[in-house]
Amino acid sequence: MEPGKLKIALTGKPNAGKSSLFNHLTGLNQKIGNFPGVTVDKRIGYCQLDNNTQAEIIDLPGIYSLYPRTLDEKIVTEIFSDQQNNLYPDKVVLIADATNLKNCMLLLTQLIDLKIPTIVALNMMDLAAKSGLSIDVKKLSASLDMPVVMINARKGHGIFELKRVLAEPLTASRKSVFQIGDEIKKVIAVIRDKFQLATDYEAYHFLQQTDNLIFLKPEQRNEIKAIAKEHSFFPHKYQGAETIMRYGFIQELLNKAIVKPSHRDWKRVSHGIDKVLTHKVGGYVIFFAVLFLIFQAIFAWAQIPMDFIDSSFARLSNVLAKELPEGPFFELLSQGIVPGIGGIVIFIPQIAILFAFIAILEESGYMARVVFLMDKIMRKFGLNGKSVVPLMSGWACAIPAIMATRTIDNWKERLITIFVTPFMSCSARLPVFTILVALIVPDIKLIGFVNYQGLVLMGLYLLGFLAAILSAWGMKFLIKTTERSFLIMELPTYRMPRWSNVGFTIIEKTKTFVFEAGRVILAISIILWVLASYGPIDEMNAAKKVVHEQAVQENWSEAEIENQVAAYKLEHSYAGKLGKAIEPLIAPLGFDWKIGIALVTSFAAREVFVGTIATIYSIGSAEDQPTIKLRLRNEINPETGGPRYTPAVGMSLLIFYTFAMQCMSTLAIVKRETKGWKWPLIQLAYMTGLAYVSAFIVFQIMS
Amino acid sequence: MAKNVAEMLPGETAVIAGFSDEQIGLKLLEMGLLPGTAIRFNFSAPFGDPVCVSVSDVDLSLRVEEAATISIIN
Repeated sequence: MEPGKLKIALTGKPNAGKSSLFNHLTGLNQKIGNFPGVTVDKRIGYCQLDNNTQAEIIDLPGIYSLYPRTLDEKIVTEIFSDQQNNLYPDKVVLIADATNLKNCMLLLTQLIDLKIPTIVALNMMDLAAKSGLSIDVKKLSASLDMPVVMINARKGHGIFELKRVLAEPLTASRKSVFQIGDEIKKVIAVIRDKFQLATDYEAYHFLQQTDNLIFLKPEQRNEIKAIAKEHSFFPHKYQGAETIMRYGFIQELLNKAIVKPSHRDWKRVSHGIDKVLTHKVGGYVIFFAVLFLIFQAIFAWAQIPMDFIDSSFARLSNVLAKELPEGPFFELLSQGIVPGIGGIVIFIPQIAILFAFIAILEESGYMARVVFLMDKIMRKFGLNGKSVVPLMSGWACAIPAIMATRTIDNWKERLITIFVTPFMSCSARLPVFTILVALIVPDIKLIGFVNYQGLVLMGLYLLGFLAAILSAWGMKFLIKTTERSFLIMELPTYRMPRWSNVGFTIIEKTKTFVFEAGRVILAISIILWVLASYGPIDEMNAAKKVVHEQAVQENWSEAEIENQVAAYKLEHSYAGKLGKAIEPLIAPLGFDWKIGIALVTSFAAREVFVGTIATIYSIGSAEDQPTIKLRLRNEINPETGGPRYTPAVGMSLLIFYTFAMQCMSTLAIVKRETKGWKWPLIQLAYMTGLAYVSAFIVFQIMS
Repeated sequence: MAKNVAEMLPGETAVIAGFSDEQIGLKLLEMGLLPGTAIRFNFSAPFGDPVCVSVSDVDLSLRVEEAATISIIN
């Protein structure tokens, strides 16, 4: 083993304190990525163990045993059973929850049989003490033939000692827990010989779960299956017996090492909290209050930093436009790239706030209760108990909401949640909604106090919600999966969240968004900017001349001329041409080419619709809502001679924006979360298709 | 007919006898629900599903359909 190249893996069951330990060992010195081929967070960090040993530390997903059911768990099995894997560790730290040692030991006995050098980090010793539990650590260490270090991962106690032990040479435990039966010894020997494996247990896993070990080539898998058949080895036949045998060992071990067992009483507070939080009525009231708080935070509170970011980037863009010399490159910089980056940074407040809440829910143990409360209802629609938080967050913004689906272990349920979340009417739809609703719905009250406009707005939100739920229900039948949906889940004891872990989560999620989804967002926003600002050269150059000729006749002011030039340029830009080109396509929805252009540009983000409409009708500022409204109201449809924005057209547009994807940032994040363009493109086609058909029906019925 | 966990009442305790679904059974074994272990039914969720049980000091949530695969003796 070269010095400075030590690879250490952290493993253990969920909620044992792995993340806390990882954060303590590595500090901010961590990299977040994905495991190859799947969207499971891979956290790698670096830690100086002593003066001459640096370790690369990898935080593995929480598991109970090497027999995986979810994608996250498969990764751990793969790493531990493939010595060629470049993540295969030199040493493993198994984090054990001292208050619940029995459940943590199964994985440990499997690591012993794989002969991987392992150290036990006995965590939550403070809680163990509180529960009256008393463990003979020396005896435990001797019986396991491996070092056992007591730590408190929340407070960082014992980390120094753990580092010291990790820096020392370590050999695998000489114990052997699982005794392979005589009848399969022969087939194990054949496999072990064929693949040159270090242990019998590895060979046994090759036979037991051939299809879960993705590192094996298809022909190798066929070979293994053939050998298994030849020796009449049936996978899964031995798994139950193996688990029982391991628990036999564990029970014997604990009988020796546990001096005094815990009393059930110490969980009294936690059980008391459960009585309130999972109460028939109170449980839901509290949960919806929490959801409302989250929604309020990302909808309203995030607005303050977002407005600041928005105005800062606008100012920067203006300053650059003024200060930089003229030319296409500098224009690209000041009007394409800078606003493009601004369009990424603007999401950070919402992401940070949502993940702060999610981290608190997870850390405190409340998230497991949310699943407990919502599982029955959500499962009917092919969703997961954990889907509620992303869906509700979708009412503020789909970007952080889709990122939040990572908490869902079941891949099918996660995918459905990602797919339907953009139907929830996000805050970017609101500017479009308010202006159109104000335009077509009279501002009168029903029975004195119910506002018609408010009623329509609420109806649109409800419509988006129904589209989400019904699409999820439909997808439940369409997506086939071999992964069975389980709920079997530990309800962890309630604890105060650790604030530094919350901080790490925020930093991690923000970084991921900016550097991974950000690239796609920047690329698309630059393309859209180029389309909207450039057109055939002679047409663009003619803008000033044409407008000035008109200006002399109509006696326009300077500002009016400027607005007219902008409108003329947009009309003759490539985006303008695109808008005109799709006119025949959108005419059945009641839209003209001007709306067509707004549809094209607002693909970047829905709220751009308002700005484009302002430019195209040469109004100048998108802030001036009354003027926009007045201008739209007076717009005449040359074919009918009546107003362009009839209730039918307005309603059709509203329905279109309720359903249509129209958000490149969502596409970018879906691409990241589903590992490829397949799902975002299906989603785009489905949402746009649904929007088109619904808008068509609405327009045809109303006109 | 042997009783199963889904039929237990809040506060009731029993001993696990076996499992009727192989896949779920293996998973439960791994979580420490071994035949012969005591199991306590704590409470069920507001719509009766899922349920919360305790096994050797660990609180677990199970769907009713999963709980129904655990046969018990008491």
